[in-house]
Amino acid sequence: MLAIIRRDFRSYFKSPIAYVLIGLYMLLLGLFFNSYLGLGISDIISEFVASMSSMLILIIPILTMRTLAEDKKNGTEVLLLTSPVRVTEIVMGKFFACFCVFLVMTAATLIFPLIVIIVGKPDIMMIISSYLGYILIGAVYISLGVFASSLTENQIIASIITLVFMFLIQNIGYLAGFFSGFLNKVFLWISIFDRYMDFNKGIIDLTSIVFMISYTAVFTILTVRIIERKRWSQG
Amino acid sequence: MIEIQNLTKEYGRIKAIDNISFNVDKGEILGFLGPNGAGKTTTMNIITGFISSTSGVVKVAGFDILEDPVEVKKHIGYLPEQPPLYPDMTVNEYLDFCADLKKIPSKKWKSEKKDIMELVKVTHVSHRLIKNLSKGYKQRVGFAQALVGSPEVLILDEPTVGLDPKQIMEIRNLIKALGKKHTIILSSHILPEVSAVCDRVVIINRGKIAAIDTPDNLSKALTDFSRFTITIEGPENKVKNIISNINGVKNLKTSAQIRDNEYSYIIEADKNADVRKPLFYQLAQQGFPILELRSLNLSLEEVFLQLTTNEEKEAV
Repeated sequence: MLAIIRRDFRSYFKSPIAYVLIGLYMLLLGLFFNSYLGLGISDIISEFVASMSSMLILIIPILTMRTLAEDKKNGTEVLLLTSPVRVTEIVMGKFFACFCVFLVMTAATLIFPLIVIIVGKPDIMMIISSYLGYILIGAVYISLGVFASSLTENQIIASIITLVFMFLIQNIGYLAGFFSGFLNKVFLWISIFDRYMDFNKGIIDLTSIVFMISYTAVFTILTVRIIERKRWSQG
Repeated sequence: MIEIQNLTKEYGRIKAIDNISFNVDKGEILGFLGPNGAGKTTTMNIITGFISSTSGVVKVAGFDILEDPVEVKKHIGYLPEQPPLYPDMTVNEYLDFCADLKKIPSKKWKSEKKDIMELVKVTHVSHRLIKNLSKGYKQRVGFAQALVGSPEVLILDEPTVGLDPKQIMEIRNLIKALGKKHTIILSSHILPEVSAVCDRVVIINRGKIAAIDTPDNLSKALTDFSRFTITIEGPENKVKNIISNINGVKNLKTSAQIRDNEYSYIIEADKNADVRKPLFYQLAQQGFPILELRSLNLSLEEVFLQLTTNEEKEAV
């Protein structure tokens, strides 16, 4: 698994993709940050991190689209699947490589809270909680993107599927509004974005952490299934 | 070393492989021969665990591919038809990655990498990006990949396709050399290639095994006459008359006129009678020099035609 993480991570930084993504991301975040400067010192971080996570809908599809689709196109899928490695390890390797790039991007954004810390006295726990929520929801989105990438060998299609799914996931909570009683509760319960907003408000809840990690695990398992199913395919 | 029993792979109603069985012994080079779409690649993909069979058993070094896939994969080096290369890596990085993937201890890998690169002659391009290499070099890097970890079994899917004649010779010699230490399955649709390299040949057609034998036995068994092409200077009528009177000649036709008074012919002769000596003496006596004489190999297409028509006859 480490072999795959190392290779894929390096490959992001060998092509312009990682630099372009990080550059674009930082530029947009800088603009956001500038517009939030009028807000009070306590609000600025949570608002800022919330806009960071809504920006992910642009970043994650581009980050994850190549993971498995590219291997299928290059024919390197054969190499991976005929090596003494389990499919789960392959998928997790792909996931963690993306996740590491995502963490690098996240680390770059720390400059903004740092500015706030230098000029004022924000609630440090608030920063930690917002970032934790942001990293967790990032993991969910990445696992979703890797899943989409396993469905096709066309990177563009993979990124569009990711985009659509991310949009749906973000709006499950909104759908809940159409129902009442039990269904309303179900939708709110599975709504990932509502849980994310808790982190953003400074609430670190163990259930939510487990919830986010489970979401990631489910998509990873689905990806493994998709690859296995293709190997067993009869048509 | 490799046991295959009743292997079948279905895609919907189509049987890509239909109930095939064969064994490969340790240290043997087995040729897998068949036209495009015969099921060669499918069989190889199943042995290497890339796809799964519908039914049947595949065992490599005693391990079952379904029960112990990781163990089986440790024993196999696979070179697919399209070498599985990452274009954005250098040859060095790529081979390091393969070793990493196959969990080769790094101390052992250092010396092994040097040997492999020298063996397939990629040392001087080791710092270049794979995407900038020519087809022949890509094939060699793919070959190097299969050799990483020195697996007991090598599976090579059309290893010489798309190479120039010199490279083909090199790859063939390499395979022969490797055959001393490894068990090899090699697929091809070129008969001379297989007969030059392999100890035994499996001919596969439409997912079924048409024949298994040594290359020599196969071409002998399939023909009860030998064929020559011969070029002779002299008037067509007279020459033809001489040749057809020689004992053992069964069939004779003119294949081309090369120049004025110079023709080439195709002779089919009885396998047990060597007609070459009488040909030489009689033509020389009459003053018609032989400019060229060579025996014609039975091409794969002809082998196939023969095998399939035989089957049809049996079916009737």
